[in-house]
Amino acid sequence: MKRTFKGRVVVAGAASGEAVVSRRGFNILASFQRDLMAKKAVVRCSDQNNPDAFGQALSGKVLCLPKTIGSTTGGMVLQAAAALGKAPLALLFSEPIDSLAAGGVILAKVWNDRDIVTVDGLGEGFLAAVENGTSVAVQEDGTVTIETP
Amino acid sequence: MYSPKMRLTEEERDILQGNRGEALRKVLESIVRFGDVFGADGLVDLDRGVHLVTSFGIPLLGPVFDIMDELIAAGLKTPKPFTVDPRPCDFRNVPVNPVEALVFKKVMYAKQDDYEAQLRAVGLKDGRAFTCACYFEEVGNIPSRGDMLAWAESSAVVYANSVLGARSNRNSGVLELMCGIAGKAPRFGFLTDEGRKASWVVELRTTALPEAQLLGSAIGMKVVEDVPYIKGLDRYLGAELDERAKDYLKDMGAASASNGAVGLYHVAGLTPEAKDEGESLVEPGAGVYVIDDEEIERVRAGYPMMWKDEGAKPTRCFIGCPHLSKAQLYGWLDRIEGSLAAAGRGRVAVPTVLTTAPDVEAAFRADSAASARLKATGATLSSICPLMYMNNPLCGKKPVITNSNKLRTYTKARYYTDAEIQAIVAGGKA
Repeated sequence: MKRTFKGRVVVAGAASGEAVVSRRGFNILASFQRDLMAKKAVVRCSDQNNPDAFGQALSGKVLCLPKTIGSTTGGMVLQAAAALGKAPLALLFSEPIDSLAAGGVILAKVWNDRDIVTVDGLGEGFLAAVENGTSVAVQEDGTVTIETP
Repeated sequence: MYSPKMRLTEEERDILQGNRGEALRKVLESIVRFGDVFGADGLVDLDRGVHLVTSFGIPLLGPVFDIMDELIAAGLKTPKPFTVDPRPCDFRNVPVNPVEALVFKKVMYAKQDDYEAQLRAVGLKDGRAFTCACYFEEVGNIPSRGDMLAWAESSAVVYANSVLGARSNRNSGVLELMCGIAGKAPRFGFLTDEGRKASWVVELRTTALPEAQLLGSAIGMKVVEDVPYIKGLDRYLGAELDERAKDYLKDMGAASASNGAVGLYHVAGLTPEAKDEGESLVEPGAGVYVIDDEEIERVRAGYPMMWKDEGAKPTRCFIGCPHLSKAQLYGWLDRIEGSLAAAGRGRVAVPTVLTTAPDVEAAFRADSAASARLKATGATLSSICPLMYMNNPLCGKKPVITNSNKLRTYTKARYYTDAEIQAIVAGGKA
């Protein structure tokens, strides 16, 4: 079954991929640090306080979350991940984007010419409907379509 | 060229068009785009030096160091000197074994010297500017009420906003440096009057003053990034922001910022805006969160046990995340001495590190009597960031204890209250 949601475009672009879902605040530093340090080709979430996403691949996925939390290094960790080609393809926020994530996607765009497609304000219904592994497609205008079994 | 939504001055538009160089264009574009996302109406001039969160030359941040090189090559630096978070290593006062040292020097923070040179080139205040508590008198990056800031370190942002009444958003690392170089920040959120209204009322109904680190944790987990108006805390802290109150609020705020994402809180009858504006700071329809003794216990009981062996003997204890004030440092010296005397011990049973700002450390070391007393206990004094120490995978696996809820959140360190820490370092049980 297909369901469609509409949010605000923060970084425009089209993207499609598998969802990784964090139903709680997503800690960027705690999630990316271990595998970025280890120079893994694919970053898996290393935040043990986040059972929703822990162990899930983040690179090249569509990360669905309410907002990010934690250390204010978060934005630059996201920028570094993007510059290294290890960031998620897209960030889809059910709530308005927070300042750390916004900083990260903007730094990546301006300084590295890397677009992490970002849409916010998709609503609680979006986060309730999407699950790890769900196919997600994002359009330039902030329309998000998920395909559930 | 990026088309800004906010209103810009002629000079700002000129920069954004690239007429003052490509690097400065990117600096301003970063700030303007960031402000546009949050509906900023323009840029404001900064009143103080920025405070950076990134103090560590960790190779994973290679792309950040590339940005620094670009700024330096363009001759850009902050007009006002800036401060930065603590350094990651201090092998003299926080000893490590040779393998751990190798990991620190060659893997974890292999770029430390290079990065510090970059920081100096773009406007670092001086070699002692490495602390998370830049607002200490000894350090001197002290904003006044109403000052416009662009800080990043979460514990410093929440302190500046709440206790000092200055105005800073929770900026991401690197973005705060961009603001510092431009001398400007986008006006939105905590920089505006409306952004400082509280959407939660916290009613404190505990039977005694709770641990600052637990109260902050409870508040952070509940309100996440919203602004709480805390009632009932002035019953215990009084109506004046004296040293004790400021130290308590420093630790409470750091816990709320790391266990959630709190950037501003008001304490009824105590913090500057709450004193002047009272409950008019509370938005209509604000949520209510009652914190009593049971709630504090419930929050603490929810902390995950991160040690493989729950009964392991601690191998290190960190006290001072965020950094200890001078009063706290002397207070901990008294506490440790007192608990050792009560236990009939000469020296601490767990290697214990007190962490503070380099300027406070220097002042303490200049007090030879106090320095000798601390040395006699076996505890050490350092200005490192305990979190950076724990980031070393070899150190992070060890059973480390702390009274910091921030350190607990970001590492496998185990949290204990101040009194429990006192007991454990003296060889007793929590």
